Amino acid sequence: MHSERAPLGLRIGTIGAILFLHVPLLLIFLYAFTTEDASFTFPPPGLTTEWFGVLWARREFWEALQLSLTVAVISTGIALALGTITSLALYRSRFFGRDAISLMIILPIALPGIVTGIALRSAINLTGLDFSFWTIVIGHATFCVVTVYNNVIARLRRTNYSQIEASMDLGATTLQTFRYIILPNIATALLAGGMLAFALSFDEVIVTTFTAGQQETLPIWILNQLIRPRDRPVTNVAAIFVIAVTLIPLLLAYRFTRDTSN
Amino acid sequence: MTLILMLLPILLWLGVVYLGSLSAMLTQSFFSLDGFSGRVIREFTFRTYNQLLSDASNLDIILRTAGMAAAVTITCALIAFPLAYYMARYANYRMKGLLYLGVMLPLWSSYIVRVYSWRLILAQEGILTWFLNGLGLGGVLNWVLSIPGLGGSSLSFSYLGVFIVFVYIWLPYMILPINAALERVPKSVIEASADLGARPGYTFRKVILPLAFPGVVAGSIFTFSLTLGDYIIPSVFGNSSFYIGQAVYSHQGTAGNIPLAAALTVVPIIIMGVYLLIARRLGAFDAL
Repeated sequence: MHSERAPLGLRIGTIGAILFLHVPLLLIFLYAFTTEDASFTFPPPGLTTEWFGVLWARREFWEALQLSLTVAVISTGIALALGTITSLALYRSRFFGRDAISLMIILPIALPGIVTGIALRSAINLTGLDFSFWTIVIGHATFCVVTVYNNVIARLRRTNYSQIEASMDLGATTLQTFRYIILPNIATALLAGGMLAFALSFDEVIVTTFTAGQQETLPIWILNQLIRPRDRPVTNVAAIFVIAVTLIPLLLAYRFTRDTSN
Repeated sequence: MTLILMLLPILLWLGVVYLGSLSAMLTQSFFSLDGFSGRVIREFTFRTYNQLLSDASNLDIILRTAGMAAAVTITCALIAFPLAYYMARYANYRMKGLLYLGVMLPLWSSYIVRVYSWRLILAQEGILTWFLNGLGLGGVLNWVLSIPGLGGSSLSFSYLGVFIVFVYIWLPYMILPINAALERVPKSVIEASADLGARPGYTFRKVILPLAFPGVVAGSIFTFSLTLGDYIIPSVFGNSSFYIGQAVYSHQGTAGNIPLAAALTVVPIIIMGVYLLIARRLGAFDAL
């Protein structure tokens, strides 16, 4: 079977789909260096690196970046805590309502973003809370739990339960067992889940537009640049930055889960 | 006992904050907006739903969005299938890993950046027009854009533009479930079909396609639902005609009519509920 060569049409379809997925991102790189700042003329009339300096001097970019990073770190922290405790509670238990809980964890990411967004906004409105940094974090943590939960529970299912039993039999407390047996086993799964959660939060724009007040996260800053462009290539430089900040943790997460599953 | 203690945090967070929010939204959809004061009247009423359903423009919005979601879903399936099939059947171990990464990276890279990239491509002075002109197809593009219901003033402000960007953004969500379904088709079944004298094309239609179909349905859940709920892409690339997400956003934002926005949000939830019931019938959940 393996020596069989794919029909020409199938190979063209495959290459076409991969190009379709990747060429747009490559163009972002190209346009970060164009000398034309008022339109997206192709081919670019000239190449320059001045936009990197312009972005460097933009205060609102750094504020947006800082906000996005802080939100992502805190949301990831909350997701790690909630996701780990929940997967530890659920992975070996069967009880009425167990499926309801796992459905509830998936729901925030399964429902269209606008549903989660408007739901949180209605609740914030009804309770009379002010939109703030914390309302953004609440929204993000809600849909980030699922990545940690999925990774950790998958790892726990592959972990040998007799290790945990042995530890308890030998007199270790629950906390000691967690610290010395469970944690080393799930460490890379936690890391992978945490990184996915970080990337998810760092990128999110739809739910954020409903839960943020005046604050501008980096994706919202880019969205505003899209609607009201100013120095267009600067947005491209910022976009490259975002790609780097999300892809590096993702590639690491991919490595962590790949190494252990092989 | 410890179980309850350990479940307490998630129940408090998701059960109270999230499900609480969803019910807050449902509750709001049964409130109404006082047209004079612009205040929300917190009394149970069907007035908002009545307003929603009696306004023909709302119905237009719902049909337009559902139609777009269907078109995007079908196109994604058509583009995804060859790639997923190649990955499952012909790619060697190394190639498979590379292609898998090639699908995962766009899936996980920034949504807004990926949307932005099409701003560059679809612009009137951008690469796509340049490319088509180079091939001498500039006239064809103008002709397509002049078709009412499809085109618009330029590619970046047209139905076609919105459609292309939706297909691009959600494509990976279609590839992965189809690939997973195809990977599960046992080699022995394909060989048996060939041994019994079926030509490759016949085997594909009668054996592989039916077994992969639940994967297509599983992928369609994502592409359909994500298109229904998105408001950014149509507001960046669309002309003035609204989609559900945009209507929800503008009702709750500038108009301050949260009841109407909430009622309108219930529409995609119901559509997805029905869709999921059908998908379950077609075996999509086993393919996830």
